[in-house]
Amino acid sequence: MNAPHELPQKLRIATTSLSGCFGCHMSLLDIDERLLELATLVEFDRSPITDIKHCGPCDVGLVEGGVCNAENVEVLRELRRNCKVLVAFGACAITGGLPAQRNNREVTQCLTQIYRTDSGEVAVPNDPELPLLLDKVYPINEIVRVDYFLPGCPPSGDTIWKFLTDLLTGRTPRIEHPLLKFD
Amino acid sequence: MSDNLNSGLDSTATFSIDGRRVPFEAGQTILQAALAAGVYIPHLCNHPDLKPHGSCKMCTVIVNGRNGSACTARAMPGLEVENDTPALNDRRRVLLQMLFVEGNHFCPGCEKSGNCQLQALAYDLEMLAPHFRHAFPARVVDASHPDIWLDLNRCIMCELCVRASRDLDGKSVFMLAGRGTNSRVVVNSPSGLLKDSALTIDDRAAHICPVGAILPKRVGYAVPIGERQFDQATIGHQVDYLAKRTIPIRPVAAETAAATEGN
Repeated sequence: MNAPHELPQKLRIATTSLSGCFGCHMSLLDIDERLLELATLVEFDRSPITDIKHCGPCDVGLVEGGVCNAENVEVLRELRRNCKVLVAFGACAITGGLPAQRNNREVTQCLTQIYRTDSGEVAVPNDPELPLLLDKVYPINEIVRVDYFLPGCPPSGDTIWKFLTDLLTGRTPRIEHPLLKFD
Repeated sequence: MSDNLNSGLDSTATFSIDGRRVPFEAGQTILQAALAAGVYIPHLCNHPDLKPHGSCKMCTVIVNGRNGSACTARAMPGLEVENDTPALNDRRRVLLQMLFVEGNHFCPGCEKSGNCQLQALAYDLEMLAPHFRHAFPARVVDASHPDIWLDLNRCIMCELCVRASRDLDGKSVFMLAGRGTNSRVVVNSPSGLLKDSALTIDDRAAHICPVGAILPKRVGYAVPIGERQFDQATIGHQVDYLAKRTIPIRPVAAETAAATEGN
């Protein structure tokens, strides 16, 4: 009576890179031939891999990168709204990472320094289409609720595989030595 | 000599850590006896060559029902010590998380990664994220010294450098100044810069930092990431190393250099 009406469907995964370098996505591809096995378990929704621009209802969302501008906030909230399980994927999503190295400087100071020409003229781009920078680069768990953290810069292919297989087969993901690395 | 040895043996008694009998010699702390017996108690601010400090609280254990720092509490016959329990490890993890958000601990960009005791403890206790809001404090980097970096972004204020410089080198180069969130390590020199201090590369204080705040220059990645002290095994499985604690970075790098030259 309580038997499922139909066979379990493939789980849907969304991935995105906010203020990241796509290194974590490269590491995801680095699970090599296990990608084929993964493809039998999951279907990709919004992701740089599918080039789908907006996220539908998903089971798992992998978020690479910290939150550095208004667009990052919007994308992150879209993923949070649509994903049952949201994962901070890699060092930047968890700590802000490399982009967050600007965090103890004023944004104005950063922009005027970066967009200064040789002649000393400052021309900071100011197009309405450009998302505005936040005052700091934030780890994603300081903006939305996060279910799991997958550390590493990037997490190795083996770490990602362990995490995903734990998650997809209903175990509580556990990352420990030697898979747990912050560098 | 033989008298000392005998008196040492005579006074040997035991206490228990998590139900395991641990022998100790008179005068030893719980941490010293534990490490000597191969029992791991997480700790940060303790060093075998220095007097215990009892400030980081990582080694807090429950001794006969009361909290105590294993590095300062004397081993006594019959003590019942709780150490590796989920509740204590949860508290230790929270302490680590607070240390991580309080400074700017950016592991992917740190030369000490893999040799860092803070990171090693986080690995061992499976700290996956710092949980708390990051403070992102503005801290100073002093690169003035020809041989040594001082990067206060990574400082956890364990005072190992302060104690090593004062008690082992006899120089008192470092001191802790300020209060609360303004606490910071300062340098004893007219300009406040490391280059004008008495610190030299041969000082113990130049190599004792458990994190990447004080680092020798020009050896950064001589030992590649992935082949470092805590890449081999978690810190909990390196009790021998913790009990003797030779300086991790420089000898390894020097050996590598010597081996390369030899080839």
